[in-house]
Formats: sequence, C-alpha cells, structure tokens
Amino acid sequence: MTNSRTQAEIVRQSLKRRYRKERRFRLYGMTAIAVALLSLVVLFTDIIGKGYTGFIKTTMTLEVVLDGEQMYLEDPTDKDQISMADFQAPIIAALQRYFPEAQSRKDVRELSRLSGNYASNQIRDLLQAQPERLGTTQTLEFLVHDTVSVYVKHADNPAYSIRLTEQQQRWVDELVEQGVVTTSFNDVFFSRGDSREPSNAGILGAIVGSLLTMLVTLVIAFPTGVAAAVYLEEFAPQNKLTDFIEVNINNLAAVPSIIFGLLGLAVFIGVFGMPRSVPVLGGLVLALMTLPTIIISSRAAIKSVPPSIREAAEGIGASKMQVVMHHVVPLAMPGMMTGSIIGMAQALGETAPLLLIGMVAFIVEVPEGFFSSATVLPVQIYQWASSAEQGFVELASAGIMILLAFMISMNGLAIWLRKRLERRW
Amino acid sequence: MQTANLLPLILVIAVIAYGLAYMRSRTVAGPLGGIRNLKALPFYYAARAALWCAIPALIVLSAWAAFEGKVIQNLVVGSLPSELLPQSAGEASLLMSQINNVAAGKLNPNFVPADVVGAADKLGALNAQSSQFKTVLVVLIAVLGAAFAWSRVQPQINARENVERTLRWIFFACAAVAVLTTVGIVFSVIFETVRFFGKVPITEFLFGTSWSPQTALRADQVGSDGAFGIIPLFTGTLLISAIALLVAVPTGLLSAVYLSEYASKSARSVIKPLLEMLAGVPTVVYGFFAALTVAPFIRDLAEMVGLEASSQSALAAGLVMGIMIIPFVSSLSDDVINAVPRTLRDGSLALGATQSETMKNVIFPAALPGIMGGILLAASRAIGETMIVVMAAGLAANLTANPLDSVTTVTVQIVTLLTGDQEFDSAKTLAAFALGMMLFILTLALNMIALKVVRKYREQYD
Repeated sequence: MTNSRTQAEIVRQSLKRRYRKERRFRLYGMTAIAVALLSLVVLFTDIIGKGYTGFIKTTMTLEVVLDGEQMYLEDPTDKDQISMADFQAPIIAALQRYFPEAQSRKDVRELSRLSGNYASNQIRDLLQAQPERLGTTQTLEFLVHDTVSVYVKHADNPAYSIRLTEQQQRWVDELVEQGVVTTSFNDVFFSRGDSREPSNAGILGAIVGSLLTMLVTLVIAFPTGVAAAVYLEEFAPQNKLTDFIEVNINNLAAVPSIIFGLLGLAVFIGVFGMPRSVPVLGGLVLALMTLPTIIISSRAAIKSVPPSIREAAEGIGASKMQVVMHHVVPLAMPGMMTGSIIGMAQALGETAPLLLIGMVAFIVEVPEGFFSSATVLPVQIYQWASSAEQGFVELASAGIMILLAFMISMNGLAIWLRKRLERRW
Repeated sequence: MQTANLLPLILVIAVIAYGLAYMRSRTVAGPLGGIRNLKALPFYYAARAALWCAIPALIVLSAWAAFEGKVIQNLVVGSLPSELLPQSAGEASLLMSQINNVAAGKLNPNFVPADVVGAADKLGALNAQSSQFKTVLVVLIAVLGAAFAWSRVQPQINARENVERTLRWIFFACAAVAVLTTVGIVFSVIFETVRFFGKVPITEFLFGTSWSPQTALRADQVGSDGAFGIIPLFTGTLLISAIALLVAVPTGLLSAVYLSEYASKSARSVIKPLLEMLAGVPTVVYGFFAALTVAPFIRDLAEMVGLEASSQSALAAGLVMGIMIIPFVSSLSDDVINAVPRTLRDGSLALGATQSETMKNVIFPAALPGIMGGILLAASRAIGETMIVVMAAGLAANLTANPLDSVTTVTVQIVTLLTGDQEFDSAKTLAAFALGMMLFILTLALNMIALKVVRKYREQYD
C-alpha cells in the first residue's frame, strides 16, 4: 500500500522540493548580482555625496578700506614696507563693521580666522600691482577660511562645525544671512595646483601631470605593443625563444603594479640616473606596465583578420611584410586601438608604482613640461584622502569624479570605436 | 643640446634624407625607363635612407644619455681633494646635490668649501662639453648614415628586402622589451635583496615574528635594532586576501552562473558591462571608499554590538578588495562555464534534471579546474593589491587573525619604506626590495599554476 508507489510517483512527489531548490538557486544568483551592483551604486553615491561640495567655493565679499596707517604702509612700492605691513588689518576692520562688539584681543583673533590664509596676500598683490589704490575703498572677494567653508557647506551637519567657536558660528550665520558670505562654482579648483589649504587647492596641476604622463605612455607603449604583437603573430618562428617571450608577456600582465615601481626606482632612477617625480619617468614605468595589455589585445585583433585577406594579398605577389603592413595591420587597427585605450585608462588610474618613483611630492606649480616635477590625478587623490583637514576629503572625492569622468569617456571612446570601425567577418 | 631636443632634430634629418633619397631614386629611374626598372619602389629607397639616418643616431644618443650623468659625476668627484672625498653613499649624494645646487645657482657659493665651488664649475664645464660633443656626434652620425644610404640608391640594389629585414628586427626588439622588463624586475630586486641579506640573516627575515623596521640613528638608542620578521606581514596579507576571496568567490561565481544559465540576452548585455565597471574603477577610489566610508561604518557597527574594532580594520580593506575582484572571478568563471560543451548540458537536461541540478552536478564539476585557476588568479591579484591596503589597512604589524584588528601587508610596507625619508643602504630601504622579491615570487608562482591549470582544462574540451 504505502510502499507500492511507482517510480513516477516518487518523482512527482519530489518535484515540488526540486523546483523549490531550483528557485532558491536562481535567487542566490540574483542576490549575488544584486550585491555586486548594489556595491557599485553605493560606491558612486558615496563619492558623489562626499564630493559635490568640492565643486563649490565659499567666498566673502567685503568693502575694505585700504588705510595706509592701519596697515603700517606708506609706500606700496617699497619692498621692505610690503614685507612688514599688516594686510590682515583692513579685512578685520571691514568685518568689525558688521560686528562692532568684537574688539577684545580674543575676538579679533577669532574674527581674523574667518578669512582664508591667503586673503591678506590678495590685498598685498593688489597694492603691489596698483600702488595708487592705497587709501581708497575697494569691494573685494576673498576665499573664506577652510573651517568656515566646511561649516557653511555642511550647515545641517554638526560634525563639521567643531573647529569653529560658538561665537564664530554665530558670526558666520549672520554673514551668510546678510549675503556677505556666499557660495559659488569653484573655479579655483580647476585653475590651480595643490595647496596646503583646501579652499586654495586645485586639481589643474594633477590633470596636466596626468596628461603629460599619459602622452609619454602612449608614445612608448602603443607602437612597441603593436610591433611586438605583429612580430609574435606574423613573423615569430615556432621556437623556444618565442615561447619564452610569450610566457614573459603573460606573466608580466599579472605582476602586481607596485613591482613596476621598484623597477623604476632601481633601474631608471638608480642605474640611469633619471630625475624623480617627472612625467617622463612616470610615463615610462606605466608604459612597461601597460605593454602586456596592449600586446595581448593587439594579438587578438590580428588573429581576427581572416586568412583569406592574407592569401589574396600573397596571391598577387605581395611580400610577407607588405601583406602585414598594407592589409593586416590596417584591418586590425580598430581592435588594437580599442585595446590600447582600455590599457591607457588602466594606466591613468594607477597609483602604486608612481608613489615609489616620487610622484607623491607636494607640488604647487602646474607642470610645464615632461621634465618638470609633477603629480598625477590618482596620486593627488591619495594625498588629499590621507590629509587630516576636513576640506581635503571633499576635494579628494571631487578629484575622483574627475578621474572617473576621464576614464568613462576613454572607455566610451573605445566602445564607440569598436562599434564604428570593427568589421565582422 | 638637450637629449629631448635632439630627438626632433634627428627626425627632421631623417625626413630630409627620406625626401632626398626619394627624389634620387626617381632621377636614377628616369634614364632606365621609369621606376618599374628599379629593383624596389622609390618608397623603399627613401625609407632605407631614413632608417640608416635615424637608427644609428638614436642608438648612440640613448647610450650617451644613459651614461652621461654617471660618467660626469665620477669625473667631478674624482677631481675633489682627498679630504673631501665621501665616505659613504649617503655623503656622496649629499656632496653631489651640493655641487649640483651650486652649479645651478641655487646655493650661494660662499657657504660651501672652495673645492666644492671648483667642482661645481667643473661640473658645469663638463656638462656643456658633453652636450656639445653629443650634438655634434649624433648629427654627424645621422648625416653620414643618410649620405651612405643616399649613395646606395642604385637600380640593382633591392632596398625593399633591406627595409623589411630591418623592420623585422625592430619588431623583434619590441617583442623582446617584455623579456627585458622581466629581466629588469628580477635584477632590480635581486641585487638589493642580496645586500639586505648581508645585513639581516635570511632565517630571521623568513621566520621572524616581529616586524619593526626602525633602525637606530644613534647606537645607544632604545629599541635600536630593527626587527625584520616577515611573518606578521604575510599573515596580514593572507588575512585580508582571504576576506576578499570570501566576498568575491561566492558573489562572482553565482553571478557568472546566473548570467550564463538564467539571464536573458538583453539582461546579460546590461549587467555584464556594469559588473565590469567594478573592475575599471581605479584602486585609489576603492581605497578612499574603504578608508573613509567602510572602515568607520564597521567600527560603529562593531561598537553597537559591543565589539572593539580598530578604525583601520582588516575587514574593511578585505571587503572592499573583495568587491574589486568580483568581476575578475565572474568573468573568468563565465568563460569557463561557457566552455563546457553544450552536449553535457543537453544530456543532463534531457534526463530530467533541473537547471540547477545540471549546474551543480554536471557543469560545475566539469568546470572546476578552470574555476580554481580563476580563483588562484584572483588571489594573486588580492595579494599584490596596494592602494586599498595602503589607505585602509594600518601600519601596525600585528600577528593576529582577528578581522576587526588592524594588520599590515607586504605591499603597505613596501610603500611606507620607500616613500618616507630614505636612508641610503640602510636595512630599512633594502628590506622593501626583499619584500618586493617575495611578492614577485609569490604572485608569479600563483599565476604560473593558475595558467597551467586553466590551459590543461581547456585542452580537455578543445
């Protein structure tokens, strides 16, 4: 009775359980994908949430009286006087007009810490350039101090106000209300090099450094990679040497990037005496690192050119080199370029090897050429992210957004090239 | 002239050589009844001239540039009186930078000994001479090469063969760059490592359980002898990599299974590039995310349940690293799963197995070697990863297995040892290269094994 179930019944009864298992398995897969995609979303929202304020600058517009007596300055063309004069005084005086009660020494000190560290330099430079302005009243826009800037941008978050006294907070609130302290698009960020003060720091130096470095990488890695791929695919004889080269390329592709930094340090700096922190050195190291990627993708592109093309060219009397240079390489070029752009995007985001060859130095000037000290985008981000100042965190994530924008457009270009130019055979 | 300025000059001479040879080949061909009576097209005569012009000049130029600095430095230091001669490498570099700064006008000559000023003058003179010689020599070689090739524009000479043979050699040289790079890596780590083992015994390095690379400035300093035991670094590296693999392997594998077996074609075409975006995000971005978002979050979470967590926990670094290598695992497993022959799958389904049963009992065992290879590659990736751990893992070399504690890794130590103020020849600096060698050997071994496993598996089904 109970034991007389047929085979079909057993299967039928277990079916429910098996289908449940099937659904569960499917769910695991979906969960895994959801987890991966969710982390991508969290990553991006976190960076945008932290970094959008990096694109905003906080300034205060004040009517300053450039009173010579107050600044201890009679003649702005006199270098000695300029170096001794107190250019902070007019700013404090202008602020005191809003807060007449702030007269004690402590109040004045707190007041003076509302304006940025470079505000007094701004007055100095103005007077040096135009000495006749001494004694006049000028409406000037100053960057506020970093602590004030962070406070204004994150008005709803008490964690960002800890570095201002309560009195300063009250003053800043008042100034914001009166429209003296305002926020606007951060053009400073796009027009300067690094600085010790977050509100004065810009990313232009790092962008230029990255462009110069990438140019060197491209000029070295692309021709070398394509030539190596052509040799290995078209000319290399089947022998031990060729095998050895191939094994080397495959292994190099998996060597941790930091090892290339050691190579740069020991060989290019140590043996050849190249200068540190220059785009040429960085580009060279990154080129060696990207080379395997370019070789591997170029070989794939060459392989995908059908043999009929080669045979047709050989059939009408072309030499092997002519077949390759006139037919195979042009046809494989879109694939090679796609692979190279992807490799270059990787190189653009690479940080570790550059830390070892000294591109981590604090560099204020925007680099002028291939042999001037420079830093690059990812290293700049690393430096800002490891700074203690609150203001640098938002700069770091703003920098990340710019870096990602570059990488996404490079990858977009690669995809467009592939869609547009690649031929299916 | 500067090396960088000589390059365009050589290029210009080569272009001129090209043009001249091209015209000459046409002139030569004229009386013979057109270019069809030349052995090669005019292009090849011209290209040969350009190659003859540029290649020898470039070789001489790069050799000169590579050794110019060292030779001049030796000449300058050699000219110093014996009491100023440097005793150690550190002093030598100090002296050299002094001389350089005087020569560049950055340092007031009154502040340094007269002999150094003399050496600076000599340096300036030698530099000027060297660059004059270099310019003359390189231009001379370029012009001579071009002239030779120009004189050899003759109808009976097959320039095409010459050019093609040269090109082949150039291509070969480019392919050999990969080998040279490997050789360079091996040599750069081996030399320093050998010197390191001269200072610190190899057994202490491999089996020591304490790592604190501070070396003494004074002999009588407390805790003066640094400890160079690599074990805490390796356990730290393994701990973080293990956490990363625990995250990445299940997620990546299941994603790959879903994508290859269940997902519709359109879903696949959207999800796959999105997953691959995770691999394209620069590591410094992950480091930022781990250090400023994940690590504080984990610390707060641990505090809420009453655990004590370091603000630079191994868990934070490991988790984020795991996210980074998800696409690595998933795309490798995807390839492997798709390489399992269709017939195996169809056979199992025809016997009445569900898709998940087919997957678990048929495809997965068949694909296992390939998947293992992929995991090994991912592990080597995790071990060599630098930026995430530099930013999110600590510097303290704790010998612990607690993921909430802070640990340090091999890569972190390489970066910290080589980015601070470096002392020349100190065990501290050399230790970084010894660590680099360990890292190189370890990742190389993992890759070799992984590639072998994957290849063997492919052969089975091809």
